Amino acid sequence: MSKANLLDRRAVVSGLLANRKDAIVVGGLGASTYDMAAAGDHDRNFYLWGAMGGAVMIGLGLALAQPKLPVVVITGDGEMLMGMGSLATVGLQKPANLTIVVLDNEAYGETGGQVSHTAAAADLVGVAKACGIGHVSAMTTMAEVEAFAPALQDVTSGPRFASVKIDGANLERVLSSRDANFIVNRIRGSLGFEPI
Amino acid sequence: MHARADAPSETAASWPEEIFAILQRFDVRQVPYVPDAGHSLLIQRVLGSSTMRGVSLTTEEEGVALLAGAWAGGQRGALLMQSSGVGNCINMLSLTQIFRFPFLTLVTMRGEWGEFNPWQVPMGSSTQAVFELSGIRVLRASHPEEVGEVVEAGAMQAYNACTPTAVLLSQRLIGTKVFTK
Repeated sequence: MSKANLLDRRAVVSGLLANRKDAIVVGGLGASTYDMAAAGDHDRNFYLWGAMGGAVMIGLGLALAQPKLPVVVITGDGEMLMGMGSLATVGLQKPANLTIVVLDNEAYGETGGQVSHTAAAADLVGVAKACGIGHVSAMTTMAEVEAFAPALQDVTSGPRFASVKIDGANLERVLSSRDANFIVNRIRGSLGFEPI
Repeated sequence: MHARADAPSETAASWPEEIFAILQRFDVRQVPYVPDAGHSLLIQRVLGSSTMRGVSLTTEEEGVALLAGAWAGGQRGALLMQSSGVGNCINMLSLTQIFRFPFLTLVTMRGEWGEFNPWQVPMGSSTQAVFELSGIRVLRASHPEEVGEVVEAGAMQAYNACTPTAVLLSQRLIGTKVFTK
């Protein structure tokens, strides 16, 4: 699975979110949530500490509720594999403001680095495309990531799916809040919704 | 005991219309579903609605996650599924506890009341317990005339008190599915 010149996951996420503006960003369980926290805490960060396989569907619920705002899901290959059916659901709903980015290290980094299905066989970009997601891309360089980042702001031509091959390094955890009530009410507050 | 067919047109019951009206009144906007014959009329009404978004799922747990996202984005939802789908949701149901969001699910029951298919019985028998172990309050409607008030009560406690609630629609209400060669 190890290949030369794979990207640093923190650089990828920081690059994608550097100019996020009003975007709501969902981070999948595990390292993706740490990467989001490392890129900087934000009122509109939806950190997941569980619910493996649910990141894309949480993003879809947000995208349908807030069609004028960019919604970005950043998750790992293992989390995406567990919720692969949700790509078919997104392909059917076609939310124009949703972007899904998979950070693919071809391994379950959080649990000891066991190889995932993407290392040898599964092609998530192909799955997304076959599910009817029109804009798909596979990225391996920072230049491609930087060229892609502005598309996150486009709320008229999604959904988009991108896979970024990253290296398998287990980086120091950057812990976000894990209080789900705080996380969700902070997002709702930033959108102008009051507590019940 | 009455029988049912798979085609929705053969169900003349008015309770699906009552449920639809309640969901409208509570400003439900996202309605994820896995199709079931008992929900077919309601699904038709949702898909024909200008204010609700019906979201067809590949598996029921997707709907739990969808509703968490919908709530974060300011919208209410309700998940429609059959009892066999409840087991598919178990881990994702943890979202209803940690987010304390207004989760409402309407579940058509199988595996009870004259069931023909033994494969439906294990999950149908444990549906209520699975919900309760997952921290979801359970209400049940078994007769057409009580559906409206039970669903209304469920919607009130879910949306007003953020109390995750499942309403079980009994197989006795929906009718036992008839299998013929």
